[in-house]
Amino acid sequence: MSSDMTLLLIKSLGQTLYMVSISMIIAAVIGIPLGILLVTTAKGQILECVAFNRIIAGLVNAVRSIPFIILMVAIIPFTRSIVGTSIGTTAAMVPLTLAAIPFIGRQVENSIKEVPYGLIEAALSLGATPLQIIKHVLLPEALSSIISQLTTVVIGLIGASAMAGTIGGGGVGDLAIRYGYQRFRPDIMLITVIILVVVVQLVQFIGNYIAARLNKK
Amino acid sequence: MIKLSHIKKVYDTPSGSLQALKDISLTVEDGDIYGIIGLSGAGKSTLVRCINMLERPTEGTVEIDGQDLTKMNEAQLRSVRKNIGMIFQQFNLLSSATVYENVAFPLKLSGMAKKDIEKKVMPLLKLVGLEQKARQYPSQLSGGQKQRVGIARALASDPSILLCDEATSALDPQTTQSILRLIKKINEELGITVVIITHEMQVIKDICTKVAVIDHGVIAEKGSVIEVFMNPQQAITHEFISVLLSDELPSAFRQQPVSAEPVEDGYLLLRLTFLGESADEPVIMQLIKNAPNVDVSILFGDLDQIQTVPYGRMIIGLKGDAQKVKEAEKWLGEQDVKVGVIGYVKRHDAAVD
Repeated sequence: MSSDMTLLLIKSLGQTLYMVSISMIIAAVIGIPLGILLVTTAKGQILECVAFNRIIAGLVNAVRSIPFIILMVAIIPFTRSIVGTSIGTTAAMVPLTLAAIPFIGRQVENSIKEVPYGLIEAALSLGATPLQIIKHVLLPEALSSIISQLTTVVIGLIGASAMAGTIGGGGVGDLAIRYGYQRFRPDIMLITVIILVVVVQLVQFIGNYIAARLNKK
Repeated sequence: MIKLSHIKKVYDTPSGSLQALKDISLTVEDGDIYGIIGLSGAGKSTLVRCINMLERPTEGTVEIDGQDLTKMNEAQLRSVRKNIGMIFQQFNLLSSATVYENVAFPLKLSGMAKKDIEKKVMPLLKLVGLEQKARQYPSQLSGGQKQRVGIARALASDPSILLCDEATSALDPQTTQSILRLIKKINEELGITVVIITHEMQVIKDICTKVAVIDHGVIAEKGSVIEVFMNPQQAITHEFISVLLSDELPSAFRQQPVSAEPVEDGYLLLRLTFLGESADEPVIMQLIKNAPNVDVSILFGDLDQIQTVPYGRMIIGLKGDAQKVKEAEKWLGEQDVKVGVIGYVKRHDAAVD
């Protein structure tokens, strides 16, 4: 393979990692609190507010029901207002982040729901405030499971980032489409697939490792 | 002092409203170990949660040392709850925190400095006998050890009340005994008032001073443990006691007709209960001396203790001349022993025991 091709591969991999990591970080910052709210504002929970809970649950469902490729083009005006452009790697991060937020919200919700209610009750009996319960009970107890769930989200994002080429986002997936498929280069197709498989394996391995280390059950 | 007055708790369920507690009033004096016993679904767990307002009663008041908790807002309740420790059937320890961190948890919530926390936690771990396990996680402990951590955690904020919600129900009998001894020690040495919720009469008998029997959301019976054991008034109380103290008739008399009048060749069966000092008196020997013409058979006997008070139960059969048997019964009634008449029963013919 020519050195041009190698450079292109490295550049694409860099774009993928950049898109996925930044989107993931921003989405986690919003999605984790969202997941906490999905649980704690439900009926009978420590921050019970049923109307609010219905609204955020509805929003989460709405965003999650839009296929990613449609979401990406549908929100172009929004993307432009946020990052100033609707084309390129940075622009691709806006829909990626937007898609990841409700995904993370639901996954974190599931993790936190697994914390036995008895622990919340015990903390209440010790005079804990709702915020203290979130910080000292729900998050630490669910952390291992949250890490596992976030790993799944990262892998989902790597998959979704392959569609970023639609709006000129680049990345390994885009390379596979443009060179491997459209220019009949099976060698490029093969190597991009290998790269994606290796990256996903690595992410899963790291996620599993951290989750296992944190799990004291 | 804990004073519950006319507590009602109604839950709205999809299939209509469910009355978990119906007009419950009871008073727990300082220093009591107060047992609340009931079958599952009787409402006892709801009742104990009303004491620290984890469940808000629908009606009624909860007073602790004169303060009405039902009139407090959440912030006021949080500070009151620091004065009420609670332990649970499932222990409810943080699995992601070490034994030390679990006990330190309530102190961390109060914003205590790290150094002060350590000064507080280590003596508590020593009190419950787990100072060697401070760095371990709950998953590495046995059930009894987990409950000891729960107790240390409940005591960390120096409460004056300890609520125990089926605290020994998940433990084996030996471990139950050691946890009960620890609770008793805490009650005696730290002067903490204890409220125990249980479905086991054994727990009541072993450490409680007072007991309330709760059934279908109402208090069926309450009083000092000894009184209730000696003189149970309600069928549900009898049931709880009989699990512990079997007093079935010997097989030779079972399923035989019982008559209030003397029957030929029959025995007059009496149930004797001795308590305290009288358990040491040689009543049976004196009976035999006093009524030489009456045959005295001991059909069942059992000596036990309610805490430190000796407590004996016996079923005896008297046989002989009807008049003499009557006199013997009368004599027994004058002694320091409680006599219950079962009736005249003829021994099963085929019985060989």
